[in-house]
Amino acid sequence: MSEDLPNPSVTFLDRELPSPLVLASGIWGTTVSLLERAADQGCGAVTAKSCGPEPRAGHVNPSCIDWGGGLLNAIGLANPGVDEEIGLLREAKARLQPRGVAVIASIFAGTASEFGDVARRIASASPDFLEINISCPNVEDSFGEPFAANPDAAAAVTGCVKQAVAGQAIPVIVKLAPNVPSVGRIAQAAVHAGADALCAINTMPGLVLDPYSGQPVLANRSGGISGPALKPIALKAVYDARKACPHTPIIGTGGVSDGQDAVEMLMAGATVVGVGSAIYQRGPDALRNIHAELRQWMAAQNIASIADLQDRAHSEPLYATSPSIPPAPSAH
Amino acid sequence: MRILSDGCAHSGSLGLPAPFPILSVETDNYRTKTFTIDLSLDALPGQFVMAWLPRFDEKPFSLVAADPVTLMVTAVGPFTNLLHAMGPGDPLWIRGPFGTSFRLPGSGLRAAFVGGGYGVAPLLWLAQTWRRQLEGATVIIGAGTAADLLYVDRFNALQKEAMSPGVPLEVLTCTEDGSAGSTGLVTDLLSDSLRSGETDLLCACGPHGMLAAIDSLGDEHNIPRQLSWEAYMRCAIGICGSCELNGSVLCLDGPVLEYGRTEQDAQPV
Ligand SMILES: Cc1cc2nc3c(=O)[nH]c(=O)nc-3n(C[C@H](O)[C@H](O)[C@H](O)COP(=O)(O)OP(=O)(O)OC[C@H]3O[C@@H](n4cnc5c(N)ncnc54)[C@H](O)[C@@H]3O)c2cc1C
Ligand SMILES: Cc1cc2nc3c(=O)[nH]c(=O)nc-3n(C[C@H](O)[C@H](O)[C@H](O)COP(=O)(O)O)c2cc1C
Ligand code: FES
Repeated sequence: MSEDLPNPSVTFLDRELPSPLVLASGIWGTTVSLLERAADQGCGAVTAKSCGPEPRAGHVNPSCIDWGGGLLNAIGLANPGVDEEIGLLREAKARLQPRGVAVIASIFAGTASEFGDVARRIASASPDFLEINISCPNVEDSFGEPFAANPDAAAAVTGCVKQAVAGQAIPVIVKLAPNVPSVGRIAQAAVHAGADALCAINTMPGLVLDPYSGQPVLANRSGGISGPALKPIALKAVYDARKACPHTPIIGTGGVSDGQDAVEMLMAGATVVGVGSAIYQRGPDALRNIHAELRQWMAAQNIASIADLQDRAHSEPLYATSPSIPPAPSAH
Repeated sequence: MRILSDGCAHSGSLGLPAPFPILSVETDNYRTKTFTIDLSLDALPGQFVMAWLPRFDEKPFSLVAADPVTLMVTAVGPFTNLLHAMGPGDPLWIRGPFGTSFRLPGSGLRAAFVGGGYGVAPLLWLAQTWRRQLEGATVIIGAGTAADLLYVDRFNALQKEAMSPGVPLEVLTCTEDGSAGSTGLVTDLLSDSLRSGETDLLCACGPHGMLAAIDSLGDEHNIPRQLSWEAYMRCAIGICGSCELNGSVLCLDGPVLEYGRTEQDAQPV
């Protein structure tokens, strides 16, 4: 049966990936065995948890909860620091390369030049791609507003990282934030500064309160919304980024929970599709299920390849614009 | 809310924590108390809950019972010390139940239940739940000193109860300093017991070193085992990876992991 289903392989940054699904950064952390598990379940690429210059304990609990419409997390970028991360990434790459699955390193830092420094160090692990997380909403106390909030800051970080890895031919992916007036403008700024690809989006800032204590539930008070509530926001961000940067590969991430969500994300402009919270929403086999559903959907709709889905929402509509005009509301 | 693969909504709250009053507190030893909470959950032995004190911290605890929810808490740090200062009527915020339970693979088996330190917490309920389907059971409780032993009285009471329907339930204790029971580790008692009689299944909860030793003993004697592991839990819902152990996320795939047997044999109790 599965032999008859369409081939889900896809080209991303000149690299042929066996599947368009990408494990989103921070999901399942950085342990090699869990990255491997995601690969076995049908990911074409896996993103490691963002790592910074030094080890970071992250925030105390609660740091991730289900509030009903999705998750809210403020893990606080808990990570072992770039030096230990290098070893983990090397091992992950050794294990995933034979399967054709790409390893994406993810980094964060406090200043543009520090981003460059972490990028230079992480490049020694030779990840297939390097994602720069300029959009985490949960570390504002230490780092001020995310770099992704401002085109100049986004460009400065991108420039420093590109320069740092210039000798190594590691393509750089810039991860965008949803909570900006114009995602397209930030996307363009990053691309002009040298970004090879974009990832849209990171989580949306949010707050969940416990009415009995009157206190925020997360120890960090606020956190980032992910999962189903994020999907329409992510679709719009990906759509806008695609419009602003017609030729830049995009990882479309946010609220993808089933195969049809993945289809919609590709149509909005994603080249490949990031999956995170679905691993909670759908259970630990989420990736395998989404992968199967995507192929089944394509088969049912007679779609032969992922490329046939990409950017569909940007093509000419089926019908010409309707000439009818809704009546203006009247006082009577 | 997460919808499970069988299509049913979870009966507890996997989502937001909600407050429930403490009904009673019993002192078990110099640093351990058992809290009964005014809440009942649809849960199984081996599963755990997250207990939250707003703006302080949230920590995992095994269910000692689910109706009403009962937690055994050893004071080892800030959260557990704060909890120890609380009494009847005080609210404790709970979300759960989380994780896998112990699973009875069939009837008429002889099981060994091994608990180290507060690892005995889920085993009393487990022994209670399974005893009618077992042919016999050995409980092995270990700790550093006599003062650290937990729930010996409760297991002895269960032993008396079990005798009437005729289920032999043996309760053995050991301490590292020999101040109570036999001198040594639970694995010493367990290997004696494995040599002298039939055991079909090992269920254990305790520190990593103890579980690793039990795993190799079981492997040596070719006995299936269900081991409940501990890890630093953050999300408790299988998403953050904080609790990883050899490719499993312990809050969802565990805390009870099975070894030495085929998956399909296991049935939930
Ligand atoms: C699935 C699961 C079930 C658990 N069930 C129980 C339970 O039923 N009862 C229970 O008391 N605890 C249980 N725990 C452990 C409990 O969550 C921790 O004891 C608690 O988080 C300690 O928080 P704290 O802030 O008081 O101390 P922390 O500051 O978190 O810990 C203080 C120090 O004590 C160490 N420590 C933690 N637990 C113990 C211990 N029991 N003995 C000695 N040292 C320890 C820690 O490594 C740390 O160094 C369970 C943990 C897991 C993962
Ligand atoms: C628990 C958790 C941890 C995350 N950690 C990171 C991180 O370290 N770096 C990052 O760029 N994004 C992180 N994210 C954001 C995800 O990568 C993703 O962009 C977001 O969750 C939206 O996708 P989703 O709706 O499929 O989860 C995290 C998300 C969650 C839920
Ligand atoms: S505690 Fe987050 S995955 Fe288990």
